[in-house]
Amino acid sequence: MTVNAPAVPPAAPPSRPLRGAGRRRSSVLLAAVRTPRGAIGLGMAAMVVLAAVIGPLVAPYAPDALVTLALGKPNGQFLLGGDYLGRDVLSRVLDGGWVLLVMAACATALGIAGGALAGVSAAYLRGVSDGIIMRAVDVILSFPQVVFALLLLSLLGPRLWLITIAVGVSHAPQVARVLRSATLDVSERDFVKAAELQGMRPIKVMAKEILPNLISPLMVEAGLRLTYSIVVIAGLAFLGFGQPPPAANWGTMIYENRIGLSVNPWAVIVPAALIALLTIGINTFTDAFARVVIGVDRRPEQAALIDDLGQELSK
Amino acid sequence: MAVTADLPTFQPGAREAHPIARLVRRRLAIGVLTLFLVSVVVFVATEVLPGNAAYAILGRNASPVRVRALETTLHLNRGLFAQYWVWISGLFDGRLGNSLLNGQPVWNLVEPRLVNSAVLVLVTGVIGSLLGMALGALAAVRKDGWFDHIMSLVVLAATSLPEFVVAIGLIILFATDIWHLLPGVSLLPPGTYAWSQPQLLVLPVATLVIVIVPYTMRMMRAAMVEALESDYVEMARLKGVPEWRVVLVHALPNAIAPTIQVIGLGFLYLAGGIVIVENVFNFPGIGQGLVYAVDGRDIPVIQLIVVVLAAFYVVMNILTDVIALMATPRRRIAR
Amino acid sequence: MSEPEVRGAAQREVRLKVTGLEVRLGRSGPDVVGDVSFAVPAGQVLGLVGESGSGKTTVALALLGHTRRGLRITAGQVLLDGTDLLALSPRDLRAARGARVSYVPQDPSSALNPTLRVGTQIREVLRVHPGAAGDAGDRVAEVMREAYLDPTPEMLRRYPHQLSGGQQQRITLAMAFACRPSLIVLDEPTTGLDVSTQRHVLDTVRSLCRSYGVAAVYVSHDLAVVSGLVSEVAVMYAGRVVEIGPVARLFGEPVHPYTRGLIGAVPSPERAEALAGIDGQQPRPGRRGAGCSFAARCDHATGDCTTEAPEPVTVAGRSVRCLRAREIQATHPERVPAVAGKPAAPAAPALSVRGVTASYGSTPVLSGVGLEVPPRACVAVVGESGSGKTTLARCVAGLHGNWTGEITFQGAPLARGARQRDKDVLRRVQYIFQNPYTSLNPRKTVGQIIDQQLKQFTGLSRRDRSARAAGVLEDVSLGQDLLSCYPDQLSGGERQRVAIARALVVQPELLICDEVTSSLDVSVQAIIVELLRRIQRERHLAMIFITHNLALVRSIAQSAVVLRRGAVAESGPVGQILEHPADPYTRRLMQDVPKLTRSETRFETHGPPSPRSA
Repeated sequence: MTVNAPAVPPAAPPSRPLRGAGRRRSSVLLAAVRTPRGAIGLGMAAMVVLAAVIGPLVAPYAPDALVTLALGKPNGQFLLGGDYLGRDVLSRVLDGGWVLLVMAACATALGIAGGALAGVSAAYLRGVSDGIIMRAVDVILSFPQVVFALLLLSLLGPRLWLITIAVGVSHAPQVARVLRSATLDVSERDFVKAAELQGMRPIKVMAKEILPNLISPLMVEAGLRLTYSIVVIAGLAFLGFGQPPPAANWGTMIYENRIGLSVNPWAVIVPAALIALLTIGINTFTDAFARVVIGVDRRPEQAALIDDLGQELSK
Repeated sequence: MAVTADLPTFQPGAREAHPIARLVRRRLAIGVLTLFLVSVVVFVATEVLPGNAAYAILGRNASPVRVRALETTLHLNRGLFAQYWVWISGLFDGRLGNSLLNGQPVWNLVEPRLVNSAVLVLVTGVIGSLLGMALGALAAVRKDGWFDHIMSLVVLAATSLPEFVVAIGLIILFATDIWHLLPGVSLLPPGTYAWSQPQLLVLPVATLVIVIVPYTMRMMRAAMVEALESDYVEMARLKGVPEWRVVLVHALPNAIAPTIQVIGLGFLYLAGGIVIVENVFNFPGIGQGLVYAVDGRDIPVIQLIVVVLAAFYVVMNILTDVIALMATPRRRIAR
Repeated sequence: MSEPEVRGAAQREVRLKVTGLEVRLGRSGPDVVGDVSFAVPAGQVLGLVGESGSGKTTVALALLGHTRRGLRITAGQVLLDGTDLLALSPRDLRAARGARVSYVPQDPSSALNPTLRVGTQIREVLRVHPGAAGDAGDRVAEVMREAYLDPTPEMLRRYPHQLSGGQQQRITLAMAFACRPSLIVLDEPTTGLDVSTQRHVLDTVRSLCRSYGVAAVYVSHDLAVVSGLVSEVAVMYAGRVVEIGPVARLFGEPVHPYTRGLIGAVPSPERAEALAGIDGQQPRPGRRGAGCSFAARCDHATGDCTTEAPEPVTVAGRSVRCLRAREIQATHPERVPAVAGKPAAPAAPALSVRGVTASYGSTPVLSGVGLEVPPRACVAVVGESGSGKTTLARCVAGLHGNWTGEITFQGAPLARGARQRDKDVLRRVQYIFQNPYTSLNPRKTVGQIIDQQLKQFTGLSRRDRSARAAGVLEDVSLGQDLLSCYPDQLSGGERQRVAIARALVVQPELLICDEVTSSLDVSVQAIIVELLRRIQRERHLAMIFITHNLALVRSIAQSAVVLRRGAVAESGPVGQILEHPADPYTRRLMQDVPKLTRSETRFETHGPPSPRSA
């Protein structure tokens, strides 16, 4: 996969293509931020993250204090009204995000690391390792993520660390699959064989030759998995498997206040909208990054040029 | 006359049926192996890890007599392999034991829920797959047009949203103040069947369709774009084939095969999605049953539902693989 | 089947006339091709030759009023029997495509629809052009016979993947001829076919065009293929036709410096000649500057050439786009005969392969192959695709471990796979891969790539390593500025030179070159071959040169081994094998390999191909 869109600046002097100029990885991320999609996505996600991080510091009331009417309408003092027990919705919204974010980040890191390790070694080592790893992947994959988490939680109860691990582990097979096929593609290429002819050890071949060529799919996967981590963790909280009751959590809030939907809908709408903003934001940015990486946003004229020049550019 | 010098290496008949049968056998074998491993994982997770399930159910301070009694009910007093054997053979001959919560036979509790969920998944799966393929093909044919751009944004949003957020959004729109058209939660008591009140299915199906359509659609669009930019489509155009025929006869059949495999993945999302969606809408399916069972630590029910969901996914996967395989003549002879 | 009496005056009429054709990137972007004009009479074939990126395929597609995504035909006329195809409405253009002008693609395996039976695909042309060629059912059988295919129902029911490459290409030929068009555009239709199949397809094209008075445009990068087929040839460079004229004159006495360079780069199986490549690379659209696009690579270029765009001038019976055409025409290009390598003096071989049998899974690839590489000598291993030549190279290198037999290097037996070999053996045997686009890690700079090789094999200090790296780049004629470049910033030829540098920097004793030029243009191929030959002589290396191209063998090797289906068909000194092949297979290969006819007399006596046993 050619990661960098070939540089064909409009009217350059008729000499060589640019030489030694830095057109590397970091510039791909920057390029993604510069696309409209990337900027909007990053902005949306950043807003929510900011609210979740500084929220607990600026919340007007304690999240578990009964300060207003149950399901009270919004007014000047309680901007988003009261929840089903009479707690301030705004305070609970501001307080209920950061745990979700931390858990999602940890679960994603776990899933990506485990999945990458499994996928790359399965594809490069082949044979027995491949068989064992891929059977394990098949097995975990046959449980839907929520069901897999529920299965683990059914024994020990809703512990936050257990939820995080369960979600992380349930991501690993998908990551492993994606990276396995990416690795198969890369390890077929001759530079990997050239490294083997240098007598390089398999571990080193994977780390030094293959992994650097997988950064782009890894980053795209990380973005996707972060979205799904949030979706699953918030979903579990919505089902009642999250922080224990008095604590605020966006998923739990939606569940709790659902019965009062027609009285004070804000207690449901605001946490739902924050989750939506966050996941859509992350996913939009990931999409922008992926587009820059695979060159979907390449201008059509450049795409045509690649067709015409054939092997020189596209290989 | 005129036999070419480059000799055909192909013998019709001999190679046609054989590889596909071998592939189906291989997929089946892997499926059975996967299911076996799944059952072991479920068994180990619920009955062996960590410590004793009886204590987990009864609490740390349970009296030894009650623990002993429960252990006998759960066959925990036997050896590990014997326990597994009792459980796995129960799955096949229907002796699944009784619910720990209310003592009723597990199958009687789960069966009506299973039927309800099956109806939900089937209706959603069919509508979602067809809609996804149609929208995807349309977006590909109108690539870079306004429809394609709008759909790409819609897809992006829909793939990011959690099911319960979609469900709440639909409830706010259609079942509360704005338009009070549909029931927001179903009032079906557990044990009744969904088709007795079809309007109860509308919002759950709509939610799940919104969640799975983007995956099918995205794949269909990508496969269709690839087909439309392929050499054989260029060749068809250079042969003077009319555009409608290029799309329907040349591009579409080549785009459907890869899409079918993604439809299999869509069913995986459905298997997870019903857990959340059934709880939002209070729909009496196995998803709701699973959450109840986990809440009450009703281990025999958890085991059965989890195994059913996993088996559903494995079977769907084999099915979609085989269908995709048959849809592509080129792949029939590939290993 | 042919009707000679129909030929003659009636057929001399011009069928296709192209004037001022221009294709741009987008509406107002730089031009990809421009000012292209030529004419083709009925029954004649025009060859459109050029290297990759010259715009020849763009021109070919424009003849059907088609462009690839992002391109646009911005000027010119394509007059077919008097009507301008580019001025037709989309509806009329569709009706003309496939019926009056048809296209034969480069790669039939991707141009035939994998989900449709070949019969359906042939019938489709007749179906969408009703009335173009009488009764459709009869015509299918007829046109298949014309393309030398068996028109049996069984054949028609097959899917493309069930046919061989040659048969697939015949299907596309049958589709192209089905409606009896006035013009056929063939876009490198024999690339990827074996020489014998290629010759059959060429013979078919020739006889069909003759018999039915069809005008044809044949696009190719292979001058030798074109020289035996066409009556007139147009050479393209950087989107312009730089020289166009009758094939015998043009190839016999080329005038344009690029044409001369190109012909000098084509290896000949009949003469041992040094190859002269053209250094540098073709400028891309948008980078072509004001003057002559070839000026930067041209030995004859003067100051004017970089500022003034040349217009075509008529010189010696052809049209040449060169400011100095007349002066250059007076000079004669000279080909220096290669210093024929003396057969090596008898000595213990550097490498000896005995009874090597290898397989991929359960498919046997090599059976009992033996060869010897004398010290300081180059042995060519020649064979068609599937002959096992690459597998043999991989067994020697240690990339393919599944073999039996004996391979000894400097008297010591080699272990099967690279992992079992010690570092010193790995260092002394170096392997250069076929495809320079995949053999260099795209995430590393040239400097890092060469440095890694040194780190793995030597204990040199950082400073010594960078001195060695600098030195080896000079050896392969690359500048020091490349050290900080990533592979995707280099041309194919430069990449292959980096790969050679990587092998040389650890001072190997045996160099295995696996089809190292097959993904390169002919002008670059010549440079790489000359480089390898120079290095092999200077450094006294033993070398194995794997190739499918018989013509190349003469330019580099002293002895050759011909592989066929995994076994040695013939081996011996190069001169003997190429001039007096003993094995019938080698003889057929030598006969079928296309040769660049440079003399005024060209062969055109091929009849239609006859059925023959392989």
